[in-house]
Amino acid sequence: MAQETVLQVDNLKRYFDVSKPWLSRVLEGGGRQVVQAVDGVSFEISKGETFSLVGESGCGKSTVARLIVGLYPPTDGSIVFEGVSLSNPAERARHPEKQARMQMIFQDPYASLNPRWRVGDIIAEPIRFRKLLEGGAVKARVGELLEQVGLSARDAEKYPHEFSGGQRQRISIARALAGRPDFLVCDEPTSALDVSVQAQILNLMKELQASLNLTYLFISHNLAVVSHVSTKVGVMYLGRLVEWAETRTLFNRPKHPYTRMLLDAIPDLDMSGRARTPVAGEVPSPINPPSGCTFHTRCPFATERCRAEVPQALSVDGQNVACHAVEEGRLPEWRGLAA
Amino acid sequence: MVAQRLNAILDSDLWWSFTRSKVVVGAAIVTLLLFVAALIAPWISLQDPWDPGALQLINSRNPPVWIEGGTWEFPLGTDNQGRDMYSAILYGLRVSLVVGFLAVIFAMVLGILLGLASGYLGGMTDTVIMRVADVQLTFPAILIALLIGGIVRGVMTPADFEAVAVYVLVLSIGLSQWVQFARTVRGQTLVEKNKEYVQAARVIGLPARLIMLRHVLPNVMGPVLVIATINLAVAILTEATLSFLGVGVPATRPSLGTLIQIGNGFLFSGEWWIVIFPGITMAILVLAVNLLGDWLRDALNPKLR
Ligand SMILES: Nc1ncnc2c1ncn2[C@@H]1O[C@H](COP(=O)(O)OP(=O)(O)OP(=O)(O)O)[C@@H](O)[C@H]1O
Ligand code: SF4
Ligand SMILES: [Mg+2]
Repeated sequence: MAQETVLQVDNLKRYFDVSKPWLSRVLEGGGRQVVQAVDGVSFEISKGETFSLVGESGCGKSTVARLIVGLYPPTDGSIVFEGVSLSNPAERARHPEKQARMQMIFQDPYASLNPRWRVGDIIAEPIRFRKLLEGGAVKARVGELLEQVGLSARDAEKYPHEFSGGQRQRISIARALAGRPDFLVCDEPTSALDVSVQAQILNLMKELQASLNLTYLFISHNLAVVSHVSTKVGVMYLGRLVEWAETRTLFNRPKHPYTRMLLDAIPDLDMSGRARTPVAGEVPSPINPPSGCTFHTRCPFATERCRAEVPQALSVDGQNVACHAVEEGRLPEWRGLAA
Repeated sequence: MVAQRLNAILDSDLWWSFTRSKVVVGAAIVTLLLFVAALIAPWISLQDPWDPGALQLINSRNPPVWIEGGTWEFPLGTDNQGRDMYSAILYGLRVSLVVGFLAVIFAMVLGILLGLASGYLGGMTDTVIMRVADVQLTFPAILIALLIGGIVRGVMTPADFEAVAVYVLVLSIGLSQWVQFARTVRGQTLVEKNKEYVQAARVIGLPARLIMLRHVLPNVMGPVLVIATINLAVAILTEATLSFLGVGVPATRPSLGTLIQIGNGFLFSGEWWIVIFPGITMAILVLAVNLLGDWLRDALNPKLR
């Protein structure tokens, strides 16, 4: 089956200027400071897939999510969604019908719902704004959405503070679905929830994906969650995608040294009781990232070339890796998690 | 539905903190009484103090009823034109409250709109609005009143000017107060706009105008109400000051401030009641509104609770 591409991101960049104000720069010295939050990320997502982005805090996952849904304009690069380029605010403004096909679910269930609005009005907002339905039909649809996410139609009358974190996340999902999107960006949708509730929300998202044929971009720093929900996984480090592949491939034979380090550190997927290797070293600042391969400060296989030259991604056995050691064939075989 | 609303109010923290303080309940009752008195002034006053035909000079400078020479016809005495002080105070209260409310509403609407735009849109819009605010702060209400009053007086006949004097006051006092609203709203907006519910609204595709009015505004109204209450007291006082200085409402339709100004001239000739009664009314009104404002500020500020 030829798969239809939903989202195509090419060489996406977003820099944030965090310099001090001009006057204090002149008085106290010091130049411009730029955070390279996302620095040349490319990937594709096909219809019905779940593409996950993983990486340590601050590597730019949320920024990628926000660029895709248009909360930030990209500094450079292109975003093509369902065949239409949405690479800058002007293009986005020209295609509201495409913007309507994507929605986002946020991390903090306490901040993502307006505390002064009734749940019914929160969920109905996309419907009313786009005039998808009118009058009583809106109310009926809101009730249907609430039931679809496992709440009751009567909950429409309540305010967000009357719900738990997990229930609020269900309300967020209902709002996201209200405009009948095809593509959902989920930025750590479960990381603020209790473990037991996390599983329920993830299962709900999986069910909805199957019944509504949704495509997900899923962001998490929890590899156990990622292995559970994803079709493909991309590993980010300091604003770059260092490796991406089918979930099974990535977990069974990770190639990039950073991916291996992350896998070594995950708390037991299968409760085998093996010794964990904690992630070594600190993430360098994205303000002055290391030269060449930004991972060289922590990589056991780093060479002179790694310090000088940015590794380009190459495709090896259907798996994309940006690493000189892989290219040069000097990386030892992965001995697996059980080692 | 109404019963439900009422229950929600009676259950709320605000109501609880309200009933806990006798002073606040007292202030609320006094404020309410004064508002009602101003509202129904034509029905509870003894004469129409704005009708020159009803005033008789023969009745001028009558003392209050409990003093030798006083009559029940003028319980609080009369002024130099034979105006019944009790009726004049009721009507004066009306003028003072109308000017105060209109000025605060004008300042509030202007401040909210500019503060929202400044905080939400940022960039040049923010810079321009905040610089204008800085400049505005260097002009006190009195100066603005003199300025606007001067211009309007220049282009209008004195009779016409009397008719619009109230609006000149409202405009001047309002202009001197909008900055405080704008700065508070801007600060709150900066906090709210980074919250995820605002970003969710952006992803839905809502234009900035709707996000500001529907999402941000309801969440910044708490502090705005506090400022509005406290500024009502300030506006009433400013109006009195301006009227006292003779740039306020005309003496034919005196506010409390105008009455105090008129009475001031008779303080040393023995007719103290012309200034004292309007003065006391003004003091009680401002004090009660201020107490309410202070309470509201503390009650709505979770950090102080
Ligand atoms: N609006 C902004 N202004 C300045 N810097 C920003 C901004 N947003 C993000 N950054 C910086 O960009 C980098 C990437 O941030 P981002 O939020 O995308 O990381 P993340 O991978 O989502 O991390 P986390 O797991 O903590 O959510 C960080 O160094 C962050 O400080
Ligand atoms: S390019 Fe070099 S430093 Fe970077 S991950 Fe590969 S081996 Fe390590
Ligand atoms: Mg994040």
